Amino acid sequence: MINSRPTSFNDPSCEAGKEIDMSLALPAPDMDRAITRISHEILERNSGSESITLLGIPTRGAHLAARLAAKIEAIEGRAVQCGTLDITLHRDDLRMRPPRALMPTTIPSMGVENRNIILVDDVLFSGRTIRAALDALGEIGRPASVQLAVLIDRGHRQLPIRADYVGKNLPTSLAQIIKVQFTELDGLDAVTLEEGAL
Amino acid sequence: MRHLLSIADLSSTQAIQILDTAEELSRVSDGPMKKLPTLRGRTIVNLFAEDSTRTRISFEAAAKRLSADVINFSAKGSSVSKGESLKDTAQTLQAMGADAVIIRHSASGAAQRLADSQWMTGSVINAGDGTHEHPSQALLDAFTIRKNLVHGGNDLTGIHVAIVGDIIHSRVARSNVLLLTKLGAHVTLVAPPTLLPTGVESWPVAISYDFDSVIGKVDVVMMLRIQLERMSELFFPNAREYSHYFGLNRDRLKMMKPTAIVMHPGPMNRGLEITADSADSARSVILQQVTNGVTVRMAILYLLLAGSQELGVQS
Repeated sequence: MINSRPTSFNDPSCEAGKEIDMSLALPAPDMDRAITRISHEILERNSGSESITLLGIPTRGAHLAARLAAKIEAIEGRAVQCGTLDITLHRDDLRMRPPRALMPTTIPSMGVENRNIILVDDVLFSGRTIRAALDALGEIGRPASVQLAVLIDRGHRQLPIRADYVGKNLPTSLAQIIKVQFTELDGLDAVTLEEGAL
Repeated sequence: MRHLLSIADLSSTQAIQILDTAEELSRVSDGPMKKLPTLRGRTIVNLFAEDSTRTRISFEAAAKRLSADVINFSAKGSSVSKGESLKDTAQTLQAMGADAVIIRHSASGAAQRLADSQWMTGSVINAGDGTHEHPSQALLDAFTIRKNLVHGGNDLTGIHVAIVGDIIHSRVARSNVLLLTKLGAHVTLVAPPTLLPTGVESWPVAISYDFDSVIGKVDVVMMLRIQLERMSELFFPNAREYSHYFGLNRDRLKMMKPTAIVMHPGPMNRGLEITADSADSARSVILQQVTNGVTVRMAILYLLLAGSQELGVQS
């Protein structure tokens, strides 16, 4: 997911041809280590995987949730509840952008009622996606608790939201663009930081 | 695109985008989230200058599931019956702050007129204009066909559809011919020559006067209502003869392919174009069409009203 201020998409100075400074913020081995650590933290805090349900926010949050679920299953030796939650219809910026394609929502068999829900997204930025996810979740049921796991926390929160599990805190300027790549989608695992134009 | 006026205006990509969006929305409304906040604060007016049951209710249900405010406005019981013009009605709606108007009118082109005029700034959705088009019906029909018969792939390539009956008066047939052929389906029109419009030879369809020779070859049999209210002259000798040659009955049902489905846009004249046992048979997807109508109309409202820019532009 390219994560930047929406304006920079349409900014002519951002077009190809301009040299883009790019640096690797999290190479593949470190990404894997972060996912392993988050898995352990989730298990520690929830005393095992019995009570938890992972819900990834499409597209890349869903891939991250699947990675975490696989890791937790390997550690605990039992299946873990893992699904996806599309938040498009709950966004507060729908009117400012062209209509977005809807992504699938799949709630695992045990539902959300009285479960410890772990919301999973790739990058935590303004916090608005998470607010929308909390609204979407509230429509489905009443979880026992909701926790948030993200791979990158880049700061610049616009709402009082924080993550419970963070892969890496990456202080950024608003102009920078964070790109999270997964092998399933992009052919490699990496987090890169690009210098965009404000 | 801000309006949905006709299938002719849609590209196949846009049509598929509407069907895909409806697919995701149907999963949402089948699941736990019945009501979505997406169009909260938007006002949608149902302007129905012609009788309708399912289209109006379907649009109303779709708008309400997306949390929009719906105002129903029918010609009977309003100032339209006192002779108020379409222009004055539209300007009144504009002054009240309508974000979208869903219009059904007996005059072909009424929706286009409303969209082209400067009378109002909101979106216009055509819910049937005269004998011209009924785009949301065609989209829900395509969605129903895709759901039942297409496994893998997002268009209707390889599907053979027979549209049977009163083609000349049917806006559903016009919209369906345009959309189904646009999505790659093969369409055969079956009707007596009196119920085919002039110029039908130029449509991208096959034409047959013999239902029995067609019914065994098709995947979808779409029956149309005989529109007695639009018939000012005799189009066929009598109802019994029409039913005999062009009606769907138990014997014709047996001639269909094992996987083929029966559709009807409703309302049905049971006993005229379709017998009760065919309408209620296991092959009939007529009630599915009604259910799908709500999700397809939710998709239309979402794509036209939720975003800020053109339909079909992806971020």
